[in-house]
Amino acid sequence: MQTQLVTCTINGKLTQTVVDTRASLTDMLRNDYRLTSVKKGCEVGECGACNVLIDGECFNSCIYLAVWAEGKTIRTLEDLLGPNGELSDIQQAFIDEAAVQCGFCTPGVIMTAVEILGMGRRFTRDELRKLLSGHLCRCTGYENIVNAVEKTMNKRLDG
Amino acid sequence: MYDIKALYEATSVADAVSLLVAHPEAKIIAGGSDVLIQIREGRLAGCELVSIYKLDELRGVSLDADGTLRIGPLTSFSHITKDPLIRQIINVLGEAVDMVGGPQVRNIGTIGGNTCNGVTSADSASTLHAWDAVMEVTGPNGVRQLPIKEFYIWAGEVALQPGELLTAILIAKESYEGYVGHYIKYAMRNAMDIATTGCSVNVKLSADKKTIEDARIAYGVAGPVPMRAPSAEAAVKGLPVSQATVEAFGEAVLKDVNPRTSWRASKELRLQLAQELAKRALARSIQLAGGDI
Repeated sequence: MQTQLVTCTINGKLTQTVVDTRASLTDMLRNDYRLTSVKKGCEVGECGACNVLIDGECFNSCIYLAVWAEGKTIRTLEDLLGPNGELSDIQQAFIDEAAVQCGFCTPGVIMTAVEILGMGRRFTRDELRKLLSGHLCRCTGYENIVNAVEKTMNKRLDG
Repeated sequence: MYDIKALYEATSVADAVSLLVAHPEAKIIAGGSDVLIQIREGRLAGCELVSIYKLDELRGVSLDADGTLRIGPLTSFSHITKDPLIRQIINVLGEAVDMVGGPQVRNIGTIGGNTCNGVTSADSASTLHAWDAVMEVTGPNGVRQLPIKEFYIWAGEVALQPGELLTAILIAKESYEGYVGHYIKYAMRNAMDIATTGCSVNVKLSADKKTIEDARIAYGVAGPVPMRAPSAEAAVKGLPVSQATVEAFGEAVLKDVNPRTSWRASKELRLQLAQELAKRALARSIQLAGGDI
């Protein structure tokens, strides 16, 4: 078995672990770091359930080799939690808008929303749909997801 | 866990070449959005991989001293779309690759991978064909350049020799100066879908915007590899900007294209698409170039 030491920053903490070179980033985040918000869905880069931020951009971690994480800064949904367990505005918006049904796709969608909101721009509804199009929700609650992201975007931009 | 026999991480282009020579059975992995899926499906299970993902020297877009646009093959689709040089010189390429998959796929997928897998439906391939792209390949015998038309051999097969990898996609100044283009992807869904047919057209108009000095057109999924439609290009060269010219263009493409029936679409639909997309993309290109139909 070929292994490699991988040093990276995960959710603000510099960490190190030895991984099997055959592992995906999903494998590493779930098994080595117990970050179980990163879901195993389709495992072929289509559903977005395993989506995480790497150096500020969204990636499906299932089709990203764990060894490629060397030197990268990774954020998962767990990073959004406040110091006393508070939810972030985008998480609260998902609750308020009933944008969560079974919840399996939610962490991935929210991390894409974090990238979108981080751009600090006002997007049209059509643009938001395109930006969110890398996620499948089998409960098909898409309308409420777009609502939650749109409302949080407007709230942040209008102060 | 992927079924990978061994992974060799290249630290430079020269290192990648020697790894490929030392491991002739190994496949090159760039972003992995095709290779890893083929491993999962079993088609490439148990393979050896030479990873070039960490070669930042192959990322980014720049201009050579002679004005040639140099696109690093590891540049992701989203970075192509955002790049200021691409927007200024060949905006249509940025628009075309913005239709690949979904946002996460566009962050990992690379333009080099999109061409090196030799797939006819690749959204970047028709535009690169239509703009006379030149592929720069590096191998054990040094660097060589070849036109993209010669790079594609057959479905899934490109002209990379053992030990070689793509190190740049070039577009010469005479190939882009004065040209404006438009790409249309026809697919069943607006995202996460493969083109039923893709059509990329670009034009160069006369100074008074009344005459077509040059028109170029290429298709994805009109044949086993991306292809130009030379009859259509010849048919409108020097003609006045008019609806009749646009119709003649759509008519002439039928002499060139040879789509097949697949589970995605029938030959008949693809023939109709070839005509319709050619006409629409030409009309839009003329508009973008400042012409009035």
